[in-house]
Amino acid sequence: MPLFRLTLVSALLLVAIAPAQADWLNFRGPQGSGFDPGAATTPAKLSDKTLAWKVVLPGRGLGSAIVVGDKVFVTAASGPEQQQIHVLCFAVKDGAPLWERRFWATGRTMSHNKTNVAAPTPASDGERIYALYSSNDLICLDLDGNLVWMRALTLDYPNASNSLGLASSPIVVGDTLVAQIENDSESFAAGFDLLTGVNKWKLDRPKSANWTSPTVIVKDGESIVALQGGDGIVGLLPSTGSPVFKIAGGASTIPSSAASGDQLFIPSNGLTAMRIGASGSEPEKVWNESNERPGTASPLVIGEKVYLINNAGVLTCIDRATGARLWRTRIEGPFSGSPVAGAGDRLFIFGETGIGQVVDLSGEEGRIVSRIELGETILSTPALSDGALYIRSDGHLWKFSAGL
Amino acid sequence: MKATIALLAAALFLILPAPPLRSAEWSGALEQILKVGPEGAGNAEAAKAWGELTAHGSEVILPVLEAMETAGPIARNWMRSAVETVFERELAAKAALPADRIKAFVLDRKNEPNARRLAFDLYGKVSPEEAKSLIPGMIDDPSAPLRRDAVAQLLTEGQAQLGAGEKEKSLATLDRALDAARDIDQIDAVAKLLREKLEQKLDLPKHFGFLMHWQLIAPFDNTDRKGFDTVYPPETEINLSSAYEGKEGKSVTWQEYATSDDYGKVDFNTPFSPLKQVTGYAYAEFTAGEAREAEIRLGCKNAWKIWFNGELLFGRDEYHRGQRIDQYSLPVALKEGKNTILVKACQNEQEQDWTVQWEFQMRVCDSTGTAILATDRKPTPEKAAPARRPAAAATPAPAPAPAQ
Repeated sequence: MPLFRLTLVSALLLVAIAPAQADWLNFRGPQGSGFDPGAATTPAKLSDKTLAWKVVLPGRGLGSAIVVGDKVFVTAASGPEQQQIHVLCFAVKDGAPLWERRFWATGRTMSHNKTNVAAPTPASDGERIYALYSSNDLICLDLDGNLVWMRALTLDYPNASNSLGLASSPIVVGDTLVAQIENDSESFAAGFDLLTGVNKWKLDRPKSANWTSPTVIVKDGESIVALQGGDGIVGLLPSTGSPVFKIAGGASTIPSSAASGDQLFIPSNGLTAMRIGASGSEPEKVWNESNERPGTASPLVIGEKVYLINNAGVLTCIDRATGARLWRTRIEGPFSGSPVAGAGDRLFIFGETGIGQVVDLSGEEGRIVSRIELGETILSTPALSDGALYIRSDGHLWKFSAGL
Repeated sequence: MKATIALLAAALFLILPAPPLRSAEWSGALEQILKVGPEGAGNAEAAKAWGELTAHGSEVILPVLEAMETAGPIARNWMRSAVETVFERELAAKAALPADRIKAFVLDRKNEPNARRLAFDLYGKVSPEEAKSLIPGMIDDPSAPLRRDAVAQLLTEGQAQLGAGEKEKSLATLDRALDAARDIDQIDAVAKLLREKLEQKLDLPKHFGFLMHWQLIAPFDNTDRKGFDTVYPPETEINLSSAYEGKEGKSVTWQEYATSDDYGKVDFNTPFSPLKQVTGYAYAEFTAGEAREAEIRLGCKNAWKIWFNGELLFGRDEYHRGQRIDQYSLPVALKEGKNTILVKACQNEQEQDWTVQWEFQMRVCDSTGTAILATDRKPTPEKAAPARRPAAAATPAPAPAPAQ
């Protein structure tokens, strides 16, 4: 089966509109992996001295902030039944509010108390923001807040909801927005047209609750979107939804995989590394370590090392090539959010009790070099952009900057 | 089933011909927005219309608010964001805003309830003190979002009177609050004060409109969750004196059942003992004083289906992801006299302590949540002995994985 190949025209178009390297465009940044090699600088410490600004948010949310150019975007949900949903835009420079758009949720807003309607992280292609909510409202705005399109997916697909709350974050791959709306009753994944929001494709998915987010594998310059679920992984051509590969054997429905190049590190039977082969070939298992079990946090791949955090709050470093454990250290959890990293040998993670930690990865073992208590429950994953880190709670959005 | 769902979706989108717009101003753009339909239809045209509307000044605010009367949920959101975009821009520019006309729109109870709430919020930004002065008058407002603020004021006032030892005043205030309250959290808060601080007896099931008296029949089989799609005899005939073959060939018959639960919980485990992989049915008749539109509101954490006057309304095969009052709202047309309601509730194979429940709760109300009572409603049953498994009944589902 041929892999997705960009035409010359579309390739040139994508180059022309490609967002700046410093942008953080979706959950866990580039490829949905948590690691941005282009983030050359990151804050060495999290402290009052590196706190650039802090702004109040109008409602709950645990989706990450995303950053496009000089703007940072975040979603929220407010009201007694979380029926007001918000998209907020702030200035990167000083946190000044630039615009806010509010909508009424059109789908079900029920969720477990721990999560909320603004659980998915929005996505961007550098020109527009695509905000998805647990109510299945999917809203596209341009960077200035002009409404481009809206979908009310629960009106289209009335049983597509999860009474505990949905949390999977969408991602833009090429010319398509890919989202997983997976639950026990009416489960699907879909590719949406970036300009109109209409379905480019829609695929039935296993009827089972699933909170994982799609990731992107790049094979010979070609992008494949990987959908994870209880039955394993399926790789799709993002523009058509055509299957490219399948990895059976099951996978977690909580932590998402980490993609790095043509490899996928899957929370499956512990942790399993798979290499996506040439077109038409079966994915190859590189290794499996059944004792290395990611908790809620998704794994992270940086260069030749894989990092995972288990439910006991132990951070483990694994050799990418062999799966061998290199070191482990306990950090302060528990964690709902996932770790992220830039090119500076520093891992950033925030725990549910509001403690942010910076782990220095440059030595033979990981070492916590900075710790901050934000004083609020933090269930979200940080974003990194242009030397800064962004983290949000139900009440606030913080920016920590390396330049201070 | 699919046909019914399609009809529901059609009703929600309001794709049937809409009444004419009240104002001819910007009618072209507004009509374009009104045409948004299922699966993204009309998005591109709506975006152009949105741009046209928001290019204008505050003169578009009232026509757009008025147009919400004819809009479905998606079109209403397009209009809301247009109104707020213009309003915020004009407010920031210190331009003249039609405060008096917005206030008049709020006070006109014939206007669309959500639009009135939006207008009230806008008015509050222009004239905060005057907006606040309107709140007490909203205690009997047909718009639940507006009534909420008035109830909140009474609740605060009643609490203060309690704190000052003014029990009689507090009782009068809180009684008014309870009469007016439609939101579950407010009803709970007021009822708690009335019961615990003022020793009042309350009939909450009647206040909500819960159906308390049923005929139950069970168990039919649900091994491998096949019972959801299996048509058992109660789906083809209602004969309360018939006996049928149930699970494992045992004879099953209809039994009278009444619940005294404040929130109308109908517990199949009480008469049939805790069972797994079973299906049960509940039947009730509702005598309406007049033909009218109404909503059947359901809470259920088992797979369920509902038939109203013999027609399948909706079904959902999700198990143990959570339950709350008004979890699902299903519009129905009550006919004068006898209406029939049949509920199917399936219990699955899970054995965790948070999967014991095999129950549902249902009420009949209008779109604002105001109870509609049967003309022959029986008295609410007196509280029975404590439930056999109170701890299990209160055990929530485990937290989902919010942020992966």
